[in-house]
Amino acid sequence: MGKTLVEKIWDAHVVKSDDGFPDILYIDTHFIHEVTSPQAFDGLRNRGLPVFRPAQTIATADHNVPTIDQHLPIKEELSRYQVDMLTKNCAEFGVELYGLGHPFQGIVHVIGPELGITLPGSTIVCGDSHTSTHGAFGCIAFGIGTSQVEQVMATQCLLQQKPKTMKIEVNGKLGQGVSAKDIILYIIAQISAAGGTGYFIEYAGSAIESLSMEARMTICNMSIEMGARGGLIAPDQITFDYVEGREFSPKGEEWEKALAKWKLLYSDADASFDEILVFDAADIEPMITYGTNPGMGMGISENIPSTESQITSEQPSYQKALTYMGIEGDTPLLGKPIDYVFIGSCTNSRMEDLREVAEFVKGRQKAENVTVWIVPGSKQIEQQAIAEGLDKVFEAAGFHLREPGCSACLGMNEDKIPAGKYCVSTSNRNFEGRQGPNSRTFLASPLTAAAAAITGRVTDVRQLLNEDIHA
Amino acid sequence: MKKFEKLTSAIVPLPIENIDTDQIIPARFLKATTREGFGENLFCDWRYDEQKNKRPEFVLNNPLYNGKILVAGKNFGCGSSREHAAWAIQDYGFNVVISSFFADIFKGNALNNGLLPIQVSDEFLISIFKAVEQDPATELIIDLEQQTVTLTATGAQENFEINPYKKSCLINGYDDIDFILNQKEAIEVFERKAD
Ligand code: SF4
Repeated sequence: MGKTLVEKIWDAHVVKSDDGFPDILYIDTHFIHEVTSPQAFDGLRNRGLPVFRPAQTIATADHNVPTIDQHLPIKEELSRYQVDMLTKNCAEFGVELYGLGHPFQGIVHVIGPELGITLPGSTIVCGDSHTSTHGAFGCIAFGIGTSQVEQVMATQCLLQQKPKTMKIEVNGKLGQGVSAKDIILYIIAQISAAGGTGYFIEYAGSAIESLSMEARMTICNMSIEMGARGGLIAPDQITFDYVEGREFSPKGEEWEKALAKWKLLYSDADASFDEILVFDAADIEPMITYGTNPGMGMGISENIPSTESQITSEQPSYQKALTYMGIEGDTPLLGKPIDYVFIGSCTNSRMEDLREVAEFVKGRQKAENVTVWIVPGSKQIEQQAIAEGLDKVFEAAGFHLREPGCSACLGMNEDKIPAGKYCVSTSNRNFEGRQGPNSRTFLASPLTAAAAAITGRVTDVRQLLNEDIHA
Repeated sequence: MKKFEKLTSAIVPLPIENIDTDQIIPARFLKATTREGFGENLFCDWRYDEQKNKRPEFVLNNPLYNGKILVAGKNFGCGSSREHAAWAIQDYGFNVVISSFFADIFKGNALNNGLLPIQVSDEFLISIFKAVEQDPATELIIDLEQQTVTLTATGAQENFEINPYKKSCLINGYDDIDFILNQKEAIEVFERKAD
């Protein structure tokens, strides 16, 4: 019988597999950042160990960094200390760091692909759950805890149980105003925030195959939001074209050798998955979440499901979420006034996202009641956006293009949404307090977020797009 | 890692579903560079109001409930990979978390720190919540060796699953790194082959 793509990559990385024990899985690339690494470095020190393969470890500072005035010292003392600690640790253990001020700095899951470090067929881990992003290149990529960060630093390996596999096919053509973010929000709404637990998910089908690499990253990024360990997409010509010529991708003869191997990275026709789900792209409209987990999402034109429509045992938790969000069941979200728009995070902060938003807002003005932050995923993206004049377009519309970092995705740095305020956000989590204590998040695509910025309300972007056509 | 021994304890009930890691320990507390002290901010936004006053309605602030076992609704620990969530629960004083479903990474992180996550059936979970509602002093017996959890009040018992390797780690108090460091040679052989 054939093998799934996950099995092919997994089997090629098993150092040792003994009955009754998890596999010892070799890790090709380990990304680290300032938040989940200090205790791991301490652990190494306590055990008197070096970083086993420093050349396969890459560090950046992203979670804690301010997104304005990055040339100045970080104001917040604890943040500064944590970022300084990373610098010190990387110097001591010989790890390459793309810290603040470095031209390669950025969100860890944005810079890996952008620099050609993320390569098809590899195993990639990072102490951050959205490591699943890298799966877009046909990798086994997943988030780990700090003890495991220490484990990988010490041995370049992880003890791991072989995961179950799921295939999610999305076929057909996407409708107007519908993007990769809507696909993934749709899937999560269908299978729930726990629906993928224990699985590695391979996304396939014509709608997925037609997506750019940046859009594929958006999809794989949010695999964790349905509980999956990771998500991946078989590499194809679109993948190879993206990877070729990047800073650290293989060159010349090495490239040809790598390419020949990468072309074998697909699930065999007779491979068997533990679970297969099939969706039709035509069923997907622009999506938005209304609740406090990413599974609480709906088509933008729909009504918020009522508490009574939920399973009895789940009603209290559901009602708690609606109360937190200050919304009611059986009502629409369309037209709801909002306060902030955040376009950024490792889900949607790449060039394609910024270009799409700029194109849409050209000649438009943001609503007065709304503050709009656009936070590029990396220094390189920021520079490219400026080179293309997107900063001017954003400024004219009343948006701010800030400097790269995780920013308002997680309420850890200075960029927080104030208590009680509504934010339409292109990030990946709408948990209580995620964007700041008592903040309220509606997750959506960059286009839907941009439309909300213009009208000051939750808006169906298709209406504005149609105005464009008729104008 | 500390060895896990048989435990009899009262429980702290938290019958909420999908408790995510941002609830367990909000991101703004992740700036520490050591593993200690996170317990103070466990469930911070539920436990305290904006002025840092205790919210009396939250279970951790209710003197009737204490013990080393946290019992929570399904899909506990979803969200981020932050091990700080497991550290916070442990630092507060819990040794066991019981739910009818755990998020993967959280479960792994807990086990790597000697915090035992126990998955029980929906029915058993409900029976625990019922028992503790009737009597806050209700106790559970956790027997890792036998892989059983028992409600002392009724004698109701359920078996739970745990990976045999992880079980031996907990019982003997050793961790993955101790194990894997002994495999250095195999790792180097693998690297040479892969080249
Ligand atoms: S942007 Fe958000 S989700 Fe992505 S790595 Fe940063 S904090 Fe995590």
